[in-house]
Amino acid sequence: MIDCVENRLLTSRRGLLLGGASFAAWAYLPKFARAAGGRDPCLIVVILRGALDGLSTVAPLGDPDYAGLHGSIALAADGAHPAIMLDTFFALHPAMPEFARMYRDMHAAVIHAVATPYRDRSHFDGQDVLESGYAGPGRVQSGWLNRALEALPRGERVSSGLAVGPTTPLVLRGNAPTVGWAPVALPQADDDTAMRLVDLYRHRDPALASALSQGLQLEKAASGDDMKPKPGNQVAQMRQVARGAAKLMAADDGPRIAALAFDGWDTHANEGGPVGRLAFLLGGLDGALAEFESGLGERWRDTAIVVATEFGRTARINGTDGTDHGTGTIALLAGGAVKGGRIISDWPGLKLANLYEGRDLKPTTDLRSVIKGVLQGQFGLSDRVLAETVFPDSAAARPMKGLVA
Amino acid sequence: MARDSQAALVALNRFGFGGRGGASGDLINAASDPRGFVMAELARPNGVLLEAPGLQSTPQLGQAVFAYQDQVKQAREAAKAAAPAEGAQQAPADQKPGLRRNLSLNAAATEIAGQMAEAKPADNAAKPDTMQPNAAAPPAAKPAPQPLNVIQKTFRAEALARLQRATLVECGFTERLVVFWSNHFCISASKGELARIWAGAFEREAIRPHVLGRFADMLKAVEQHPAMLFFLDNQQSLGPDSRAGQNRKRGLNENLAREIMELHTLGVGGGYTQDDVTSLARIITGWTFAGRQGQLGTPGSFVFNVNAHQPGPQMLLGKTYEPTGLAQGEAALADIARHPSTANFIATKFVRHFVADDPPPALVARLRDIFVKTDGDLKALAAALVDSDEAWKAPLTKMRSPYDFVVASGRLLARVPEDPGGYLNNLNLLGQPLWSPAGPNGFPDTSAAWAAPEGIKLRLDIAAQMGARLGNNIDPLDLLEFAAADAASIETRKTIERAESRQQALALLLMSPEMQRR
Repeated sequence: MIDCVENRLLTSRRGLLLGGASFAAWAYLPKFARAAGGRDPCLIVVILRGALDGLSTVAPLGDPDYAGLHGSIALAADGAHPAIMLDTFFALHPAMPEFARMYRDMHAAVIHAVATPYRDRSHFDGQDVLESGYAGPGRVQSGWLNRALEALPRGERVSSGLAVGPTTPLVLRGNAPTVGWAPVALPQADDDTAMRLVDLYRHRDPALASALSQGLQLEKAASGDDMKPKPGNQVAQMRQVARGAAKLMAADDGPRIAALAFDGWDTHANEGGPVGRLAFLLGGLDGALAEFESGLGERWRDTAIVVATEFGRTARINGTDGTDHGTGTIALLAGGAVKGGRIISDWPGLKLANLYEGRDLKPTTDLRSVIKGVLQGQFGLSDRVLAETVFPDSAAARPMKGLVA
Repeated sequence: MARDSQAALVALNRFGFGGRGGASGDLINAASDPRGFVMAELARPNGVLLEAPGLQSTPQLGQAVFAYQDQVKQAREAAKAAAPAEGAQQAPADQKPGLRRNLSLNAAATEIAGQMAEAKPADNAAKPDTMQPNAAAPPAAKPAPQPLNVIQKTFRAEALARLQRATLVECGFTERLVVFWSNHFCISASKGELARIWAGAFEREAIRPHVLGRFADMLKAVEQHPAMLFFLDNQQSLGPDSRAGQNRKRGLNENLAREIMELHTLGVGGGYTQDDVTSLARIITGWTFAGRQGQLGTPGSFVFNVNAHQPGPQMLLGKTYEPTGLAQGEAALADIARHPSTANFIATKFVRHFVADDPPPALVARLRDIFVKTDGDLKALAAALVDSDEAWKAPLTKMRSPYDFVVASGRLLARVPEDPGGYLNNLNLLGQPLWSPAGPNGFPDTSAAWAAPEGIKLRLDIAAQMGARLGNNIDPLDLLEFAAADAASIETRKTIERAESRQQALALLLMSPEMQRR
């Protein structure tokens, strides 16, 4: 894993990249130094459910096998909807101009050929691994983001995590306090009724008491703006959700850590290329990132957004102009705190022999290393806490250095 | 037998949809013989089937969609001819039929809500028997309400039939079983127009006849139903070496094959490999439904298209299936239905749904053995559950799903819906749009999923709306008798007694742990 800026024309650069890897020059500041500088870091985790096609989002145009494998849905540098060249090898989907701008401004980065430790092809287990932070499926009580919250020193500015949407994503479930918010269009129950119910729950059902109290608080914090859902397509809703979450986080006493999920990335059929169904969804994601940027205002400077998915899709287009469940994919980073303008990849190449099980982009970077790098850069969590508590049994996946500026 | 209100709560809430208000006497009946009360529903012949005037078969509904789409096309072409060069006519990609999948953040919900809002003028006050909150009224600046099209009308009629049954049945155990199996073998109405119009028929035709029958029969009915074939793309899957595959240069789609093994039968880790998925996908190529032209059969009916079927024998889970056409896939499904992993997967999910998020292992093992011994007799499975001591002793800690909550509330208030709009809106708001889960794994089945802060707050808002509209005419303490009688906690009783108005008392009753947990 290395910052690849040049020499993209080599089709398999594994040896070269490993040989040239060096992180020593990248500055790494512990949390306390940051705190002294008055920094107030924010972290937003965006889960893309359904397994994003990383090869269609950040396409390795320089890899001679890409166009053949991806067939009619492959991106190209020319034509009516040209992909946006990020360097001489990788190009971004044309539906993501805002991310491209952030990338040019050095505030967005791509990690390619990345995967969690999960190597099977069930969405639901894959999401459990992605969000639980454990090395395998079946451990679904709590999520890594919640355990990271728990590991922060008491009294830390980051008080509780914000779960955006009608239910709390697993990544944020656990012992550390979380709050939830979703845009709604209902008149609210009056305060007196709510307080009586909280009181009943306190005596009879503490779990419901705490859930209701949090729901009530968040509703108040988010009200006073036009947070009512408007009729519109999925893209509009993705933007709206991001706008609401950004407003909550922008408040001085608002949460600093948030998690949300966008569904719909399971492109088995009619995936589309530069235009079509995936393009539509990517446009929504792009818009959501832009909403975070504008909504967070000055706080954007200290923000890192991690966009991740449970696994990738097959390198080869399937019989129905889509892609089936695969392995390696991308992760995206965006935000003023990101040391961006880079694609970080130990590119494995797309020759048949280099594909994972002859089907998928081979993962060469552990997603946990990326997330650990961000958590460490933003909050100064130690290697040990990251390896034992946040991502149990993950010592081999060392935190990637230098992701946060 | 002595009256046992605690056991009556289990009978009504764990196994059923809660006690009905009014003169039903459900709680007293359940208290005198709790197990018999539940078991009685299993004994009713044909009690699971649902027939209501006007509900049509899948082929009839398919043809209705085809005809509707032709009409729309003609109207569009006529409009185009009348006003040429109108640029902004392209529908957004998410509105094209057949392209929706796994929409989150209530995309599907909003779609339905939009339809409902358009369809329903602001007549809430005039119809106190619906649970539609006043504020879910159509947003301003909407054009005049459109008449419902055949797809929306059908969806509402199917929803109404299901909701009326759920609010009317005595205990609700068999309806709960229907909901369980329908979620296990879910499709999503947000996949497209065919899925929306077929959602109710799929449940009536593929689920209900087998809920007290054999698992293998349900499995076959489900995987051959046009709604499932459409939902998981199998109608697009072509055997690479089949005549159609060779001609059209299209090929396999593994979606349905994977979900059959992962979600419907063996479960993840159930002993299958990627090769098995691909094999099963080949085996079921040609399982499709006849299109609008009717070349293969009656439009909208299940057909086996031999031209799309991958020729040759296939190895699946260590066994070779000879090329016998449709029978090849049916034999494979029959074997998968009897696989030990399937027995284990189903028993676990069944106990988790009815008893506890962490299912008692001994009960799971017992049901698994019964599943194996009876060759997947689902009535025996249900009866064994009711017969188990674990199911009666485990504390009532499961959170009611939004569907269970709105139905239980409707029953308690003795409101048989005449219009499904209010229920559908509430389900959308609470994150469980009817027949529209985000993915093929269905809606979640654990308390954590439904006890989130935002979800509870929304339930309170909905309960407050119901209280405001209906509380005036209700004695909340009478209602508490119907809901829980002397099994209600002192705190709940006091909270309701001390409420400042009947409206508030009703909202608090609907939100009480006795109504939220099962």
